[in-house]
Amino acid sequence: MTQSTATVAGADSAPATTNSPAARKRSKRRAAWRRRGLVLLLMSPWIIGSCVFLWFPLIMNAYLSFTRYNLLTSPQWIGLSNYEYMLTTDKMIFPSVINTLWFIAVSVPLRVVFAFGVAVMLARAKHGAGFFRTVFYLPALAPPVAATLAFVYLMNPSTGPVNIILGKLGIQGPLWFNSPSWSKPALVLLAIWGMGNIMIIFLAAVLDVPTHLYESAELDGAGPFQRMRFVTIPTISPVILFAVVIGVIEGLQYFTQGFVAGAIAAGQASQAGTIANLEPGYPLGSTLFYPILLYFNAFRYFNMGYAAAMAMVLLVAAFSFTLLIVRNSRRWVHTAGRP
Amino acid sequence: MTRLRAIALLMLLILALSACSGSESTPDAASDDPATTDDAGDDAGDDAGDDAGDDAGDDAGDDDSGDVTNLVFWVGFSDREFDVIQEVVDEYDASRDDITIELVGGVNDDQITAALRAGDAPDVVSSFTSANVGQYCGDGGWVDLKPYMDANGISEDQFAEPPMYYTQYDGVRCALPMLADARGFYYNTDMFAEAGLTDPPKNFDELAEYAKALTKTDADGKIEVLGFNPLFGFYQNEPGAWSVAGGAEWVNEDGSSAFSSDPAWAEVLTWQKELVDHFGYDNLVEYGTGAGDEWSGSHAFSNGRLAMMFDGEWRVAFVAAAAEEGAAVEYATAPLPTADADDYGAGYINGTIIGIPHNSPNPELGWELVQYMATDDHALAMLSNGLRNVPSTKSSAESPELTDDENFATFIDVFNHPKSRTVPITKVGGAYMDLVNTFLTEWQAGNVSDLEAGLADLDAQIDAQLAQAG
Repeated sequence: MTQSTATVAGADSAPATTNSPAARKRSKRRAAWRRRGLVLLLMSPWIIGSCVFLWFPLIMNAYLSFTRYNLLTSPQWIGLSNYEYMLTTDKMIFPSVINTLWFIAVSVPLRVVFAFGVAVMLARAKHGAGFFRTVFYLPALAPPVAATLAFVYLMNPSTGPVNIILGKLGIQGPLWFNSPSWSKPALVLLAIWGMGNIMIIFLAAVLDVPTHLYESAELDGAGPFQRMRFVTIPTISPVILFAVVIGVIEGLQYFTQGFVAGAIAAGQASQAGTIANLEPGYPLGSTLFYPILLYFNAFRYFNMGYAAAMAMVLLVAAFSFTLLIVRNSRRWVHTAGRP
Repeated sequence: MTRLRAIALLMLLILALSACSGSESTPDAASDDPATTDDAGDDAGDDAGDDAGDDAGDDAGDDDSGDVTNLVFWVGFSDREFDVIQEVVDEYDASRDDITIELVGGVNDDQITAALRAGDAPDVVSSFTSANVGQYCGDGGWVDLKPYMDANGISEDQFAEPPMYYTQYDGVRCALPMLADARGFYYNTDMFAEAGLTDPPKNFDELAEYAKALTKTDADGKIEVLGFNPLFGFYQNEPGAWSVAGGAEWVNEDGSSAFSSDPAWAEVLTWQKELVDHFGYDNLVEYGTGAGDEWSGSHAFSNGRLAMMFDGEWRVAFVAAAAEEGAAVEYATAPLPTADADDYGAGYINGTIIGIPHNSPNPELGWELVQYMATDDHALAMLSNGLRNVPSTKSSAESPELTDDENFATFIDVFNHPKSRTVPITKVGGAYMDLVNTFLTEWQAGNVSDLEAGLADLDAQIDAQLAQAG
């Protein structure tokens, strides 16, 4: 009743007010608010999602990093103790950071180079391109755990076919996943083998390079190497930047393959119930990557507060690395006039 | 525009309502489940009273609705051992009309920990890692069993003494032993005879001498048959067994870590490193990669590639099973060789623990299963015969159902030896042992140049870790 009265009253007074500047301003303001409201409404699923799944966990994680928390009892505020313990006492932190940085420094460039090389070859393939694309992409579809298991068994120093073949060639095969010197290189081989996703992106980028650029370069007398150096690489440099940034972030989060390889190589293949004797990062801590140590603290040591502190440091590291790469990329990424 | 907004608001409202109803449905469903509460009441729930009963105990009714509750029971056992547990569980299951039991094998402590937190916990859980009991009891991950025990007239005196230590933490008894394990010494008698040896080694000097005498290498120097593998991490070469063999203490009287203050650690580690260097660290690692899986018939001892080893009493059953598959080996058992002759006969003791997760859907019925698996003489005798584990209650140790076995009897003696012991139970559980294992593996690889300094550093890390855990 109230509403209808108001409507009638509004209708009565409309002729007198619609053309006044104040009314027009009010009308515009209402329209603007309606637009904003609609935008907010349409964005609300994302806003709710990001609040629930990003900002709330992030803020909670930041809070928990200042507490002693085992997830079973209430968190206890301990200030900076977790960070202090991490930086001054925990002897596993430094090796895990070194392992992670080593893996990023070696695997990211190698993956990019190999993926790019394969993409260039596939782009030029005249026969069987579809077959070879499938062959090179296929490893990316293998589940990480299964792929790691396969590599550990293939590279078993005593019984694996890799060392048996090397032995027949007169080469003493290394201990691979059982050697602290070879475990990370073996994981890099695994990473290169599974480069299909990046390779496909590179392939699309290489095929997308305008043909006239190559023709112009050829007319200018550029050979294959110069065409690669001055046409292909600059044109696809944004894709290279993407691959490097993604590779670094994935490297900082490297977990599954390192965890599984360490556990299986340590001889834990079938004794699911006895992991207590598993040395962290077997062999000799060489596969103890930062996320694995974080996992141990969070889900094995009942030390979620400390794990939260480690996660905060990882977040800052990932952000810093990305910022560094993106800022540095302005010198070598060809943006064709785009900002 | 208005209609669009109304539709969107309606969708949001539906989402919000469904989210709210979703979050409330689980506890409602659990508490309203007549099968859960009613069945829990009869035997244990009413007796256990308010302290132990929680919701299920309080709601326990007398209504015999005839519903059947499914109990989920997690164990670490797999393959042949899992079948033994299944047989015992099936007997219990058959004796009860109100429950069915779903046995899940191959569960490790990471999965148990995740279940304690995620809310999707089994009704009853068991773990091989008794060192983790500090975490399970200390943080309330497993429920306190004392009220249940009191209500059902179960006394700690019914159990053998050693397991009572590693099934509680700081006075909270959140677990009971489901049999026990004792470490001893296995040796291949055929290989001994071939080498002209008769008795098992009783001290470290003899062990090193025999290990070298029994080892065979091929033309390239690769190990074909190993006398004894001294590497930590190889099969059951656990720090716990070495601490007993070396007479080394874990903790000082003031509660601090004792690796550097007890000279026995430096002595046993020095001896161990000398033997590692004799064979070559890389050779031993390579040997280990082809030694065969510990929990199958391909085990190096069963296949004649290992002459002597530290192992638990369960190996008696594994060797017998491997023999049935064609990998027969003539062997005998003895106590661990020790640095001090007075310690001979003692061994490292731990064992499977069983308890109820704090978020168990049916704690009352779970307790009844725990009670059966941990205290019933018939069940324990069946388990002991099948798994060849040491009976953990005094009455089951006297059970006429137990099968005699000369090699197994060695471990009963070890278990009852007054100097047998286990590792310290701490609040950080596996984290403690991870630090120790990390140091020991670095040491044997030759990465620790100053043993005394390394042990002092290990002590500092352990003490700091315990302090950080609060």
